[in-house]
Amino acid sequence: MTEVFRVAAPGLFTTIQDLGRPQAIASGVTPGGAMDRFAHSAANLVVGNDPSAATLECTLIGPRLVALRPCLIAITGADLEARLNGAPAATWTGFSMSAGDELTFGHRRGGARAYVAVAGGVIGDRWLGSMSTNVMAGRGGMNGRRLMSGDVVFAAEPFYLADAGSHLAANLRPQYADHAVHAIDGPHAKRLTTESRSALFSSSFSLSPNSNRMGYRLDGARLEAPGEELLSFGLIAGVLQLPSGGQPILLMADHQTAGGYPVIATVAGASMPLAAQLAPGDEVRFVETSIEAALEMRAAQRAALDSII
Amino acid sequence: MPPQRSTVRVRVYPLGDAAVLAVLGTRLDPALNTRAIALAAALKKRRDVRQTVAGHASVTVQFDPDQVTHEALAAAIRRLATKRPPLEEPGRLHRIPVVYDGPDLEAVAGQLRLTPQQVVEIHSRPIYRAFLVGFVPGWAYLGPLPDELVLPRRPVPRTQVPAGSVAIAGHQTGIYPLNSPGGWHLIGRTTVKLFLPDSDPPSLFRAGDRVKFFAARE
Repeated sequence: MTEVFRVAAPGLFTTIQDLGRPQAIASGVTPGGAMDRFAHSAANLVVGNDPSAATLECTLIGPRLVALRPCLIAITGADLEARLNGAPAATWTGFSMSAGDELTFGHRRGGARAYVAVAGGVIGDRWLGSMSTNVMAGRGGMNGRRLMSGDVVFAAEPFYLADAGSHLAANLRPQYADHAVHAIDGPHAKRLTTESRSALFSSSFSLSPNSNRMGYRLDGARLEAPGEELLSFGLIAGVLQLPSGGQPILLMADHQTAGGYPVIATVAGASMPLAAQLAPGDEVRFVETSIEAALEMRAAQRAALDSII
Repeated sequence: MPPQRSTVRVRVYPLGDAAVLAVLGTRLDPALNTRAIALAAALKKRRDVRQTVAGHASVTVQFDPDQVTHEALAAAIRRLATKRPPLEEPGRLHRIPVVYDGPDLEAVAGQLRLTPQQVVEIHSRPIYRAFLVGFVPGWAYLGPLPDELVLPRRPVPRTQVPAGSVAIAGHQTGIYPLNSPGGWHLIGRTTVKLFLPDSDPPSLFRAGDRVKFFAARE
């Protein structure tokens, strides 16, 4: 384990994330982990890491990081105008930094979350089997909190050093300008009134200001799904639940583990990376999808990751 | 004599492309909850299942869609659900001291046409079952609450409920593990810590545990 970055400025909300702690839901602890698993995994693969290694998840405004030793890194996900010593930095592509080099970010040009991977993998506090930061519990990652100025980020020694220049082909990189998220009918979809059902799949919603890693509150048409109160059941990321007020909530990586609101739709696994790239104020549309189509999208996404050598 | 088959009918709904929700019933019933917990444990042993969590009367199952289809998994769930669950060991018993001075105690008593003292006596009489640990870290849905204490949730939830608050709503009772928003009626408080971040598992209660409240002084 060695020091790789000094945090000169933390950005808006930069946290250490891996693939989370799914087994912790039995204790009511959110699984957490990277919001955009595709970008997170791609960043790791490009620098020769296992996809489960931890990365830095940078939200809307990226950090300023100074390299403390030579390292191979990659930036994927949102286009937050990454720069290496002031010059535009490559994205979805591994590149080397020398000690003293500075990685900075400028304006958000697309997406919401960028991922910075380091060869060897970022090292943070491990809690309940994962290095992911859980801010509510104050555990995991960087002392259970977001990065702050003066922090030092550690990484494991890589097993081998991948070559710089390894990348995800340009035509396989996700387009964040299109905010169409594919969704499958939820267990309680039949409760939706005819009007609400058509509003769900034909109108667009915007992410309210209090949307975060736990979930997105969606402003738009008020939806109705009347029926008996439900007993609480286990929830997963991607579930679109409808509280009685009629404002749907899309659960994201740090979601509550159980609840009793009707689930009117579930976002296809392959659309969750795109959903993760939405920011408060962004518009989103739901496109009705079959399970078969969702599985095809899932396979295509994995093929894209497998193409990284 | 033919083998005894249960009459539980399970409905299996897709929850996206890699999970299903298996619903065993719609009643708050310890027997259904026992079945849900047993079904979750049995499913967890399958290689194609990644994660299971038992709800009050349901199981949420995350699976690997490369190894099994929705249909095949749903069939397996229905098959497993007809098996009689193994006899459940009684869950661990937790005795929780409560100072019954919650901000809603008087109003709850008034709405139920009881005295606050009667509310305390009725609330601390049963041994409750922890149906489900979840929602927030360390929270457990406890029940069933005696019929005399059943009230709907507060119409407007509080934005801040202090950690340790003992609350009731519907046929359930619970303890807020952390400062958080909440819509239940606050009748008391306890100093017992429910979320134990440095223990594994990090929750005092586990599904199936038993909980007995008793009135305590400060």
